[in-house]
Amino acid sequence: MARLTLREAITEALREEMRRDENVFIMGEEVGAWGGTYAVTKGFLEEFGENRVRDTPISEMAIAGAATGAAMAGTRPIAEFMTINFAFVAFDAIVNHAAKVSYMFNGQFDCPIVFRAPGGGGKQLGATHSHTPDVIFAHFPGLKVVCPATPYDAKGLLKSAIRDNGPVLFIEPVALYTSPKVRDEVPEEEFTVPLGVSDVKREGSDVTIITYGEGLHVSLDAAKALAKEGIEAEIIDLRSLQPLDMGPVIESFKKTFKAVVVEFGHQTYGIGAEIAARLQDEAFDYIDAPIKRVAQYDVPAPYSGELERAALPNADRVIAAVKEIL
Amino acid sequence: MDKETLLDWYHQMVLIRRFEERSDELYQLEGKIKGFLHLYIGQEAVAVGTIAARKKGDHIITAYRDHGHALAVGIPASQVMAELMGKATGAVGGRGGSMHLASKERTFWGGYGIVGAHISLGTGMALAEKYKGTDNVCLCYFGDGATNIGYFHESLNMAAVWDLPIVFICENNKYGMGTSIEKASAAHKMIDKAKAYKIPGKQVDGMDIFAVYEATEKAIDACRKGKGPQFLEMMTYRYEGHSIGDRTRYRPEGELDKWRDEKDPIATLQNHLLQEHKVKEADLVAIDKKVIKEVDEAVEFSDDSPLPALDTLFDHIYPSNAEAN
Ligand SMILES: Cc1ncc(C[n+]2csc(CCOP(=O)(O)OP(=O)(O)O)c2C)c(N)n1
Ligand SMILES: [Mg+2]
Repeated sequence: MARLTLREAITEALREEMRRDENVFIMGEEVGAWGGTYAVTKGFLEEFGENRVRDTPISEMAIAGAATGAAMAGTRPIAEFMTINFAFVAFDAIVNHAAKVSYMFNGQFDCPIVFRAPGGGGKQLGATHSHTPDVIFAHFPGLKVVCPATPYDAKGLLKSAIRDNGPVLFIEPVALYTSPKVRDEVPEEEFTVPLGVSDVKREGSDVTIITYGEGLHVSLDAAKALAKEGIEAEIIDLRSLQPLDMGPVIESFKKTFKAVVVEFGHQTYGIGAEIAARLQDEAFDYIDAPIKRVAQYDVPAPYSGELERAALPNADRVIAAVKEIL
Repeated sequence: MDKETLLDWYHQMVLIRRFEERSDELYQLEGKIKGFLHLYIGQEAVAVGTIAARKKGDHIITAYRDHGHALAVGIPASQVMAELMGKATGAVGGRGGSMHLASKERTFWGGYGIVGAHISLGTGMALAEKYKGTDNVCLCYFGDGATNIGYFHESLNMAAVWDLPIVFICENNKYGMGTSIEKASAAHKMIDKAKAYKIPGKQVDGMDIFAVYEATEKAIDACRKGKGPQFLEMMTYRYEGHSIGDRTRYRPEGELDKWRDEKDPIATLQNHLLQEHKVKEADLVAIDKKVIKEVDEAVEFSDDSPLPALDTLFDHIYPSNAEAN
């Protein structure tokens, strides 16, 4: 066991998969000589060489499109976006091509590709560079969307994503990359975490908090504070947004009858809306209180630090939401 | 070029033309084809002449005007027709339709409906071959209109920076829908755009299958030798509208007649066969008849084929992970 940061866990997964399978290669802006915008691929160029660690021009459409073609033609590319904000430019290649070629061509073509995208705000990067647009990508059948919150999950999920025969958008919460709080034991032996399986991260019987990514840590903080007042929150980490595993969510809700959804994306049409709809569809008789949403307020991310933080979810907002329905 | 090969080319071109004429009827008169239908009539020499120059393992990828390419790579007319009619026996099981024909075993990756997007996919296929160290190349087709979209420019640049084995084949038919090149593109020669990325380009008479074949063979050869991407601008013309319902009001009077009467690719090959190879007219008529039968049989096959079963609706959203490790 080693205690790894989320970023170290991702780096390990990439390195191990590249050593394991020579069809796996990395392409993206500044992944090589620079070592990755967030230094995730530091040392990779030296170990794997230019053919497998490919610096690209600033061409997001072509990066995503070429990765798709390369995946169809028998390699297993990992395409890195500097940040998920730039994936907007490649939206068509991702959702209209990578995510469609299996279905549209009747299952003839595989498309084993991982789009890696650091995401999230809170770093004072301004409105265009601070998005958490995860749910938008999760809207489309054909694209798996994954977002880890712990180093263990990050390593295991990324390995599964690389081995999957279809396209996976792997979202890495930048705020968690090097956070000491998130540092965790990660086994050195081989393991994977399956895609599309939610996970109970804390047990409790009073309220169910459904979250993922950065939201997990805000929720854990809130749960700790609530526990001091005798309120036990159960926390479900979705881990994958598409496919969405509602199993543990429903199970927990049938025990607590109350739910709060915590997400860092904007609230309107967000994951909270989806979870709330499914809960009232699948567990209507168990609803004891309104299903609450704690999300980023519907405002472009401002630059100024305090102002930006005011728009994002935090433990206090989660606590307030829980108390509102208890 | 030996006579047998030329007769085969003739057969393929006539097949494409009759197939398209029949598709048009099935759409407009019989209502058996729905959605988009982009006919390839007039451009037959490009698909047939270029694909004749490829070897097994080379990739083919094109836009939505793809019936000609699908037939030229050898997908049976019956499967192409069944796809247009949305039948289970279609080339892609009725999931793709006219714009999305494909055949994995023929490394024909489709048919794509978003203008220019597949140029990046083709670039990726060339990347995969270079990555694996094979000598396979990718033939990537698109229209003149597609040279105005970002995908085109990003892909050409990337292919050139990485010396990828891809032949960019621009089928210049003078229009993107109803907009002429002069109205839509600052550069009037598509090869000038390739030049900006240091990609060798050549304008080719796309109505002359010999010129098409020869230019493609050279371009493929250069790719295989590691000389990086090549660009061919095939000067051609579509006789029909952009798709069904286009009354082609944007064309100057007489333009179509001039192309059809003076440059028709099938007539050109026909004359060559009659004059240079002393083929008998009756032999060509026999091919024409065979093609009519082939197309009739394709329609019959499609008529008789079942629709896709409703319980297959959700199949293939994700590729199978059966063989993933
Ligand atoms: C991104 C995108 N924009 C617009 C369209 C609509 N559209 C379909 S075909 C076409 C014209 C393309 O012309 P060209 O590339 O010259 O090909 P041609 O139809 O002449 O074969 C347009 C505008 C589209 N399918 N995709
Ligand atoms: Mg055109």
